Amino acid sequence: MNHWIIAPVILPALLAPLIAFVMRHDLTLARTTSLAGAVAIVAIAVGLTVASGSGETQVYYLGNWPAPFGIVLVLDRLSALMVLLTSVLALIVLVHAVATGWDARGRHFHALFQFQIMGICGAFLTGDIFNLFVFFEVLLIASYGLMIHGGGRERMQAGVQYIVMNLAGSTLFLFGLGVLYASTGTLNIADLALKLREIPIEDAALVRVAAMLLMIVFALKAALFPLQFWLPGTYANAPAPVAALFAIMTKVGAYAIIRVHTLAFGPDIEATGPLAATWLFPAAIVTIVIGALGVLGARALLPLIAFSVLGSMGTLMVAVASFTPEATLAALYYLVHSTFAGAALFLVADLLLSRRKDQTLIPLPATVQNGLFAGLFFAAAIGMAGMPPLSGFLGKLLILDALRDPGQMPWAWGAVLAGSLVTIVGFARAGSQLFWESTSIPVAAPTGPGHGPVTPVRAASAFEIAPTLTALAVLAALSVFAGPVSAFLAQTSEQVFDRDGYIGAVLGTEAEDQP
Amino acid sequence: MEIVVASSVAVLTAGGVYLILRLRTFPVILGLALLSYAVNIFLFASGRLASGLPPVLSRYGDATYTDPLPQALVLTAIVISFGMTAVLVIVALGAFLESGSDRIDIAPPEDDAAPQESHR
Repeated sequence: MNHWIIAPVILPALLAPLIAFVMRHDLTLARTTSLAGAVAIVAIAVGLTVASGSGETQVYYLGNWPAPFGIVLVLDRLSALMVLLTSVLALIVLVHAVATGWDARGRHFHALFQFQIMGICGAFLTGDIFNLFVFFEVLLIASYGLMIHGGGRERMQAGVQYIVMNLAGSTLFLFGLGVLYASTGTLNIADLALKLREIPIEDAALVRVAAMLLMIVFALKAALFPLQFWLPGTYANAPAPVAALFAIMTKVGAYAIIRVHTLAFGPDIEATGPLAATWLFPAAIVTIVIGALGVLGARALLPLIAFSVLGSMGTLMVAVASFTPEATLAALYYLVHSTFAGAALFLVADLLLSRRKDQTLIPLPATVQNGLFAGLFFAAAIGMAGMPPLSGFLGKLLILDALRDPGQMPWAWGAVLAGSLVTIVGFARAGSQLFWESTSIPVAAPTGPGHGPVTPVRAASAFEIAPTLTALAVLAALSVFAGPVSAFLAQTSEQVFDRDGYIGAVLGTEAEDQP
Repeated sequence: MEIVVASSVAVLTAGGVYLILRLRTFPVILGLALLSYAVNIFLFASGRLASGLPPVLSRYGDATYTDPLPQALVLTAIVISFGMTAVLVIVALGAFLESGSDRIDIAPPEDDAAPQESHR
């Protein structure tokens, strides 16, 4: 049993209380510890990804209880990839928060951040669906704290909405789990998959209800239509580094759908059939449309980015909805890409908005380093909109290539292509308002009448720009190394659809005994 | 007993859903609390209803027993929903003190049009 599997959960879980209780008055120490923890998790995640590359599904039995009775953590290529993605993103965001001083604008940023990492990594690793609920709650409660970090009227009000929305979602999750347990008598995902195969079609009503309830909960996390209303308000009002970290939160929902609805409620299960795909596909199409229209209609920068993230979730879920290995490969590639593209946009926006009077898309006197910010925004927007040479183009190409089914193709191709075009228009308009037209406005006198001297705007140091550049570099690397990456992702999606391999690995020899 | 449990879940859920559709934070918090009670009872019933039976296997003969797992699940759910409700109360209070309004919806768009520095 490989004990490193649980390290991404244990390490932040130990660091967070230490930071909260021991280092609460020493910001430098808290920053050092938090950064060291984030680096360590990246190292562990790289190790786990290498370990998962062998193709063997590794299982960690908590307390050494055998599988259907105890809680298991499962490491396969998909969960290793997601943990790696989380840890790299967390490190980038953390460096940005430290460099820009965001972590000092409220209390307990680093402790909450570590709890957030713990919850996300746990959700990716667990092989037990009730444990998935618990890790969802861990990551949510940390995200509530991070969301209102720094305070302010709009942020607190958006925070209340976000919490209410997610509490209602948690209640639905529990209802779904209750139905599932009542009809199958198990909560282990592998065991569930096995039991669901044997459910006769006439008893399938409750199982279908449970599958849909769980899908609603995951779709709420992934911000799919008609459950997307929380996302623009939350992301636009959250502190920008936190919004960048939240780029992975929507992916937790996407991951849960890929994992649970492929393994347990897959299309080959008689009880559920193609139920998930039937509802997911139109919802994803509408989400793309809403995201694109939101980008076009946004009057401020942060809502614009939030809507572009929404559109990218729609694009991702269109691919997920077909539940085939090829489309899942494309979905995973686009998932990695859109996480970093969304994060890069929020980080650029933060660098810019901390030097600009307000975030509405109107020409204002140019800030310092206007050219630099324009370049960074341009690159991140290219990534998000899906233009070459960055990886968004390849991601969308893979998705379009995978969706050639005559029933899907007109809708999917139309929505993705038209959505990309509208997004490009929206970003181009925003960029020209923010950067280009701003250069034609003369810089105001350094003192305003009656307002006293205006504090000079500080130029961004290399330390502040480095995280954004790193996120963009990841996008570039994804597109340069698209061959090896997609080869790994092809193996990943193959493993995701190897249901018997997963069940056999988790339940040991029992899988062979049962029909 | 089934009818009592089922109707209490139904009444609590109906009340909870009605209350979370209100516009003020206090009814919404009450509604979420009611929903969490409803789901706790529901989870409890998911291991089949059996009264007066031990929650463990008996060593003495093949006596029937109640399923202990839902009880553990309910305990977890109670702890989590209690903690979450506490967080929500504090955040809602903070939002009320910051904005002077306990409305759950965000200000109408005409307020947003004014230049704001609130993204900080």
